[in-house]
Amino acid sequence: MFKIVAPELGEGIEKATVACWHKSVGERVSSEDDIAELVTDKATFNVPAGVSGTVKKICVAPGREIRIGDTLAVVEKSHD
Amino acid sequence: MVDVQEKTYCRVRDLGLIAYERAQDDQKRHVDDVLAGGPQTILLCEHPAVITLGRLSDERHILFSQKYLEERGVPVHCVDRGGDVTLHAPGQLVVYPILRLAERGKDLHAYLRGLEQVAIDLLARFDIVADRFSGKTGVWIGPQKVASIGIGVRRWVSYHGLAINVNTELGLFDLIKPCGLAVSMTSVARHKKGNIDMGRVKQEFVDCFNRRFCFDV
Repeated sequence: MFKIVAPELGEGIEKATVACWHKSVGERVSSEDDIAELVTDKATFNVPAGVSGTVKKICVAPGREIRIGDTLAVVEKSHD
Repeated sequence: MVDVQEKTYCRVRDLGLIAYERAQDDQKRHVDDVLAGGPQTILLCEHPAVITLGRLSDERHILFSQKYLEERGVPVHCVDRGGDVTLHAPGQLVVYPILRLAERGKDLHAYLRGLEQVAIDLLARFDIVADRFSGKTGVWIGPQKVASIGIGVRRWVSYHGLAINVNTELGLFDLIKPCGLAVSMTSVARHKKGNIDMGRVKQEFVDCFNRRFCFDV
């Protein structure tokens, strides 16, 4: 299993809000696919999956605030 | 603010006065091109009057009904940028920089401050002293806001950008609560007591931008 965490977005940015999910549980993703969109006060940031596989769990609902480093989703890696 | 080893060329595309949706299509194509390794690009344009809502906008910051806005010919679009509600109109220079922020330290705040500085540098060329306003993104002339900023980032490539009121009809901002703030908007023309040649503004902007972001000038 691979945990997708909220990435560092820059100095002084400790929190963001999950704006939306581009993928759902059960859906396949490739490493370069955007899986979620985070939003800070003046920026949106698309989080890449970073791994190919199947989305097993989405940990944060749209509209919820997260801290940098929090787990956003869990992906089961594919072996192909 | 920029720490890049070598200067590179930044492609400049002037889209002129262009409908908001068409410009977004152009922007998306250029983002795909930059993601595929194409040259970093800035798109310059003006839009017919349009209101846009960023991702976490409060629709109550649009102060008139949809019907009234339709009658005024001002459409509303929800867009994938940060920030609250804003308005574009002819006479406002809108710039969409499509840059690889991975080459610039992957820092959204540093990039936003860089965009602000370009607007401050630009206004200085018109003998206008502008500044940041503590805790708020954007550029201000005294207590009035002259430039608004909202960006999107995909795989560390930026899109959307900034809007600088050059000759904008400022009365249009009465339709909204800009950026959700109780703020009055101003323009370069208001401070220079007359309209400014947009061609010159674009030329100066590109020069300020290239210098600030370490592109070849």
